[in-house]
Amino acid sequence: MRYFLRRTLHAVFLLFGVSLLTFLFSALTPGNYFDEMRLNPQISRETVAALRAQYQLDRPLPVRYAHWLMAVAHGELGFSFAYNSPVGPLLWVRARNTLFLTITAMLLAWLLALPLGVWSASRFGRAPDRVLSWATATLLVIPDLVLALGLLILAVRTGWFPTGGLASVGFENLSPLHKLRDLASHLALPVAALVLATLPMLVRHVRASVAEVLEASFLRAAVGHGIPHPKLLYGYALRAAANPLISLFGFSVGTLLSGSLLVEVVMSWPGLGPLLLEAILARDLYVVIGGVLLSMIFLVSGNLFADVLLYWADPRIRIAASAK
Amino acid sequence: MTPPRKLTSWLIALVALHGIVAGAGFLAPYDPVEQDRDHPYLPPMRVHLMDAQHHFHSRPFFYPLRLREGSFDQYQEDTAAAVSLRFFMRGADYPLLGFVPCRWHLFGTDGARIYLLGSDAYGRDQLSRILFGGQVSLLAGLLGAGVTLFLGALIGMTAGYYGGWRDDLLMRAAELFLALPWLYLLFALRAFLPLTVSPLEAFLLVVVVIGMVGWARPARLVRGVALSVKERDFVRAARGFGASDSYLLRRHILPETASVLLTQAAILVPQFVLAEMTLSFLGLGVPEPMASWGNLLASLQQYSVLVSYWWMYVPALAIVPFFLGYLGLASALQQRSGAYKIDEKSSWSPT
Repeated sequence: MRYFLRRTLHAVFLLFGVSLLTFLFSALTPGNYFDEMRLNPQISRETVAALRAQYQLDRPLPVRYAHWLMAVAHGELGFSFAYNSPVGPLLWVRARNTLFLTITAMLLAWLLALPLGVWSASRFGRAPDRVLSWATATLLVIPDLVLALGLLILAVRTGWFPTGGLASVGFENLSPLHKLRDLASHLALPVAALVLATLPMLVRHVRASVAEVLEASFLRAAVGHGIPHPKLLYGYALRAAANPLISLFGFSVGTLLSGSLLVEVVMSWPGLGPLLLEAILARDLYVVIGGVLLSMIFLVSGNLFADVLLYWADPRIRIAASAK
Repeated sequence: MTPPRKLTSWLIALVALHGIVAGAGFLAPYDPVEQDRDHPYLPPMRVHLMDAQHHFHSRPFFYPLRLREGSFDQYQEDTAAAVSLRFFMRGADYPLLGFVPCRWHLFGTDGARIYLLGSDAYGRDQLSRILFGGQVSLLAGLLGAGVTLFLGALIGMTAGYYGGWRDDLLMRAAELFLALPWLYLLFALRAFLPLTVSPLEAFLLVVVVIGMVGWARPARLVRGVALSVKERDFVRAARGFGASDSYLLRRHILPETASVLLTQAAILVPQFVLAEMTLSFLGLGVPEPMASWGNLLASLQQYSVLVSYWWMYVPALAIVPFFLGYLGLASALQQRSGAYKIDEKSSWSPT
């Protein structure tokens, strides 16, 4: 239990650090959302000053930070200037879509990477392994921006997939089955871009760690005992190789979040990415901070989940944790 | 194949690629911001040696494009007015390698303009823009990597060499930066810096922002090296002779981190080129009219461009060879430093 407590404490510290960091950066900013109003002769100087005071932009940074922390403690993330509404609900709608996209992509990427990596490791150095290594290397040199654009071009040219958004017009009136199909066709491109961008790294790591375990003498003994090949690979080798892979899982959450930010903008998926970009361009301070913080929360929960998995998978960690 | 030869071949390939981009002014026929409003979105032109009457010409030539009858965006070759290419001709001014004023171009034409890779919305030559855009993107990547490695080396050496509370503090901060999704971090940093600035300022801003994002990984690696090196005999001996901290850091610890830093550089540069591209693509980086690979791709956000003008995709392909080169270099460097490590282990005295 102490193990989880420590990890959670670590996570909270991390979140705290990020919020402090973003606030510090915001102190560096020249100008704010209301600056452009000053150029408008119809808005008096007093109105702008009053607005600034209303949103407490005239207060010193530590005061603003303390206020914001208090708000967060009450479950609010500040107020959006541009949307004139609380940030929380605004972000939540978008964050749901982002989560939906990234979790689908992550599941798919790992479901593909595990068998591919194990298969490649079991034929280490032979033709299938080399073909696969070549394929992953090729994917690795194509940057994700180019990948996303390429898929978008494919969609536009062939018309096989919708080119943006989450659902077609009139989505509400579709039957459940058609709803599912519509959603899947909208999801296909962004998920494909994310999966293709993360897959090569995952496959390479799975391959490397399984190949290392396959050398171990306990596996040779298992071969000698006549344990069937698939069981050997997935029941024993993968289990023994799981440790670094679980850490990689925690790490891959971060890359996927970054990737999805870009993919969402390119493919106009209504997630956090486009919202954040708009907020930056409009200097909508609390939306940016809230968005970054929310992504951090996802990341931290991903890492916590990885820690739990590690605890469950590795008896050494269990013993070490309970010994303390 | 032995690792050193592989390393040199990757290096040669990279130097050649960078040479092409560095010589953009010479290789590109036109100034990248020179507009030709009468010819927006011209498709790439073909260079011929054989004319319409099947006569062979020793000097390559091309046919200018003109609108097809009754069409407003379909072009066809005007076979009546062949324009021949001229090599090593004088054209628009440009600073060669950034400072030598020069007017010579590899090729050009008298009269009608040639668009080997088509033209963009303002009739600017896409080939020239890709070449000059490469200068901006690569320079941003290289400078950004320089900033990052400087920060990483400084922080890593401080943490590893002094230890104690400095180490704790710096490594906590490094964990923070490592954990953040880099694009969110980039966004957060960029969000709080001025939006409307001159192209040069924007470029420097991008370099600084990119440079500040990635210091954590090199810092951790450098710290590890510094931790082990400071206990080595030659460092202890030097300290015994009264060498100061700054001397030890400069002369004994920094050189030992060189291989780590080099490998990190090979990994970071393409990542940072991509970061610049991403920022510029999203409109947060290098602004028009300056060209960069990122803002060249930005026009693909318009549906009409995406559907109709395939030659606008070309900038996306330009970076792939660079990525390949840097990836190869990084893995070759990693192999080499791995080989070195084995060497070092065997030569270490078992004290």
